[in-house]
Amino acid sequence: MVLQRSDVEKIAHLARLAVSEEELAAYASSLSDILKFVERMDSADVSRVAPMAHPLDAVQRLREDAVRESSQREKFQAIAPRVEAGLYLVPKVIE
Amino acid sequence: MHKQSIASLAQGLRQGDFSSEELTRHFLDRIHRYNGALNCFITVTEEVALADAREADRRLRAGEAHALTGIPLAHKDIFCTDGVRTSCASRMLDNFIAPYDATVIQSFKAAGAVMLGKANMDEFAMGSSNETSYYGPVGNPWDTARVPGGSSGGSAAAVAARLAPAATGTDTGGSIRQPAALCGLTGLKPTYGRVSRYGMIAFASSLDQGGPLALTAQDAALLMNVMAGFDEKDSTSIDQPVPDYCAALDQPLDGLRIGVPREFFGDGLDAAVGELVQAAIGQYQRMGAAIVEISLPNTRYSAPTYYVVAPAECSSNLSRFDGVRYGYRCEDPVDLMDLYKRSRGEGFGAEVKRRIMIGTYALSAGYYDAYYLKAQKLRQLISDDFKKAFVEVDVIMGPTTPTTAFAAGDKLNDPIQMYLSDIYTIAVNLAGLPAISIPCGFSAGLPVGLQIIGGYFKEAQLLHIAHRYQQETDWHARVPEAFET
Repeated sequence: MVLQRSDVEKIAHLARLAVSEEELAAYASSLSDILKFVERMDSADVSRVAPMAHPLDAVQRLREDAVRESSQREKFQAIAPRVEAGLYLVPKVIE
Repeated sequence: MHKQSIASLAQGLRQGDFSSEELTRHFLDRIHRYNGALNCFITVTEEVALADAREADRRLRAGEAHALTGIPLAHKDIFCTDGVRTSCASRMLDNFIAPYDATVIQSFKAAGAVMLGKANMDEFAMGSSNETSYYGPVGNPWDTARVPGGSSGGSAAAVAARLAPAATGTDTGGSIRQPAALCGLTGLKPTYGRVSRYGMIAFASSLDQGGPLALTAQDAALLMNVMAGFDEKDSTSIDQPVPDYCAALDQPLDGLRIGVPREFFGDGLDAAVGELVQAAIGQYQRMGAAIVEISLPNTRYSAPTYYVVAPAECSSNLSRFDGVRYGYRCEDPVDLMDLYKRSRGEGFGAEVKRRIMIGTYALSAGYYDAYYLKAQKLRQLISDDFKKAFVEVDVIMGPTTPTTAFAAGDKLNDPIQMYLSDIYTIAVNLAGLPAISIPCGFSAGLPVGLQIIGGYFKEAQLLHIAHRYQQETDWHARVPEAFET
């Protein structure tokens, strides 16, 4: 698979990454190289193989649905970029 | 003091030859002297270290000491440390003061170990040369113009230069074993689920596993005694009894069956590295082991499979870095989309962005079957190869890396060449198995690593086999000349 600049733009948008015009070409080339590399998988016949979910076939452990953590809002908000009155501030979302 | 193993330092502390404070100051002095040349620490936690040391001295006097009480350690900057910056070597977390301790850190605290600081690494553990760090590259103590390996490059360089007696690392595709090999150390990647991942910043959750980097297998065993164990805070932690990893170190090797996969000695392997690894296997044979040639036919698919699975999981894990609740935020965002995109675009380095985009692409609508699903099927085949091999043999041996440490800058702009430096270590992560790398000689003055792969939860056996070799050889005891004194 060879990616064009427009493909990279689309992927970068899906990944929420700002990529500059100058970087687009370089990413198109290195991402295409990586995809070409992983396409070596294609020569393997996996038609009768079940995909691996966990190396030890472990399943998700469940626990009782009970509150165990205490609230540490101050501690967590102390490292936030912008907070006010206990809320995380972001640019206006609704006009 | 800096040339001693932890086992011997622990004895010194108990005999009163020196206090933990003296020992800690000795290592802090070495860090001040040499870190400028190596850049193996992102943060040196001098005050924490001295407070830890004084408390350890109190415990030692009171007779409440654990085997690691008073022993200074470096922690890879991927483990959250309460109140101490935990950067993951990324601009994204340059300002992140972790609000809690990783379980591994908590366990070392409870054991009374001393934290010297947070070790440099590849950004978010994505790299094999420690060159993707936001804080700059790390030098290999054997030749500072060469890379120490990665991603746990700072941990490895610190221990090899004797700036710390041992260090923690994490291994997603070889990130403990490869730097251990390139720096001449003993590095163990445990079975998936053996060491808690709680508070260990996630890269690829189905592959990540924490483990020790140390001078000897015995020291790695002492660290494993603290690190291993079930943790209910990690949903993938496995509830299995933890043995005393030091208990069986001295057992004889009689009857041991060693499998040597022919696929590990083919094209791409440096001839001198291959010879030294073969010589080490020959030594095991003289020590009583039987050598069996085996095949792991799907080895050639492991790197391509890994570079789908790891980026896919990374793209999902790293979506949490949104510039809202913690970490880097761009200046003056015009709207929420701009905030997300520029915070992430400016906060992440080039390799991290590459992997996020590969993962995003592989998981996007229409491509899932061709990439992720196919990779998970290949993962099963790779894992089955090992399962078959372990019917015939107890452990598998081969090189840890195809070459010795390469020159800084050599592979930085060629991702594929960089990815291929993990060609022998990746399959182990895909299968969730434990493996250890130990020094087995030098080629042109640079260390070479022997990789020993074991069955699930066979860490004690790997440490035992490594320890017996270290009783007969002294590769592990060599000190890089520039850091002798």
